[in-house]
Amino acid sequence: MGLETEFDIPVLTTTVESVVQWARKSAIWPVTFGLACCAIEMMAMASSRYDISRFGAEVFRGSPRQSDLMIIAGRLSRKMAPSLRRIYDQMPEPKWVISMGACASCGGVFDNYAIVQGSDQVVPIDVFIPGCPPRPESIIYAIVQLQKKIAASKMDQTPKVRIA
Amino acid sequence: MAGLLDWLTAPQTIFFLSVTMVVFLALQLSAAVMVYAERKVAAFMQQRYGPYLVGPRGVLQPIADIVKLVFKEELKPKAADTLLFAAAPVLSATAAIAAFAPVPFGAATTFFGFLDEPMPLMVADINVAVLVIFAITSMGVYGIVLAGWSSNSKYSLLGGLRSSAQMISYELAYGMSLATVVMLAGSLSLREIVDAQQGYWLGFIPKWYAFINPISFLIFTTAGIAETNRAPFDFPEAEQELVAGYHTEYSSMRFALFFLAEYINMVTVAAVATNLFLGGWHGPFIPEAYGWIWFLLKLSVLCFGYLWLRWTLPRFRYDQLMGFGWKLLLPAATINLLVSAAGVLYFGL
Repeated sequence: MGLETEFDIPVLTTTVESVVQWARKSAIWPVTFGLACCAIEMMAMASSRYDISRFGAEVFRGSPRQSDLMIIAGRLSRKMAPSLRRIYDQMPEPKWVISMGACASCGGVFDNYAIVQGSDQVVPIDVFIPGCPPRPESIIYAIVQLQKKIAASKMDQTPKVRIA
Repeated sequence: MAGLLDWLTAPQTIFFLSVTMVVFLALQLSAAVMVYAERKVAAFMQQRYGPYLVGPRGVLQPIADIVKLVFKEELKPKAADTLLFAAAPVLSATAAIAAFAPVPFGAATTFFGFLDEPMPLMVADINVAVLVIFAITSMGVYGIVLAGWSSNSKYSLLGGLRSSAQMISYELAYGMSLATVVMLAGSLSLREIVDAQQGYWLGFIPKWYAFINPISFLIFTTAGIAETNRAPFDFPEAEQELVAGYHTEYSSMRFALFFLAEYINMVTVAAVATNLFLGGWHGPFIPEAYGWIWFLLKLSVLCFGYLWLRWTLPRFRYDQLMGFGWKLLLPAATINLLVSAAGVLYFGL
């Protein structure tokens, strides 16, 4: 991308890839999907004090067909895991997943048979957020990290290897 | 052949094609502007900043949204009806764009002497414009119902059904409030209705039909909100009950077409209300040739009203909505129509 000046009028050149990746990182729509107490912090992220809409990511879509990002907000029980996987499969490519909080990332304090010990056993995770629960600033930081990841990745990335 | 070439290069044809193109592009642009305005108004109402970092003050936000949606994967449920599933969003968007054709947005102009005789600033000067707009906006419900039916999903189907029920309850009141204006102006052409609202009472109160018949204006705008499926009447896509309503199964560009149709419908209803009740392009201080500035101003005020309502009022319950339509709006519109008819007959308003 650059400003070409050797023509009569200045011409701004760019590549399709950088424009598309810019659009993708500027409009990350999360799916309305909260599992436990972390979801409260996720809602706080969209409210007036933290305001995720500055980054263009406040459009929580009800339908997974229209969302780009899934925030696994809370502990993932073994009963919920198939549903989570199903919603993930219903989302169109390209899609990203943020694992929010200790429980979603590694089981947290729930070291027992009912809780999945890390949601990366179910879906591929792009960003892990530590904390119990993480503050809204942490989630915003995670979304900024995700934006950097999107901007640095290729446009037609092949679907990620799906971990069953 | 020569005749065709003459026709194509005639100033009238060039002007007509340009106006058509401008309206078509302006409608799409207005959808983008409305998306940005919606998110900003929502933010300011909740004491937030809203889109801020995508472009200067976030103005590139709708462009990012649309580019992202175009480059997303297109999904279709296995059990969906292929043809209808593809046709529904197209039908929706087509009806939304076509409805703007008979809406005038400025005084007749020669375009700085380019034309021999002045032409009205509108795509199609039809003498039954009000009926045409009414017919085409009602076509829009087909897109929604077909989307709900063809998706083969329970949420979509419920959304589609709710939309048709809502349309039936509000179309009547909508038509009645329109009829009062038609009666007052004695014409079905929007251009003539606008011209009938020229002038002032006592030198400063404009002769708008919104002042002669405020009840009709209120009923028209309320029913217009229900027509365009906006909050507080956004039942077809009630997110808390129906996931995303009739477009639950739609992703990518097809979903974007529904979005486009919704915002263009809003602009069209606001434009029609401007022409019917707020005197269209007539206004003080600006010469008649630049009347479209007044038109845009009035249009923006009405569009802001839409957003204002959306972020202020909660959604009605479904039976309340039907009750409100049949038990309150329809009788009010009928009585209003009769009273206006008496006024026109005995006082010649």
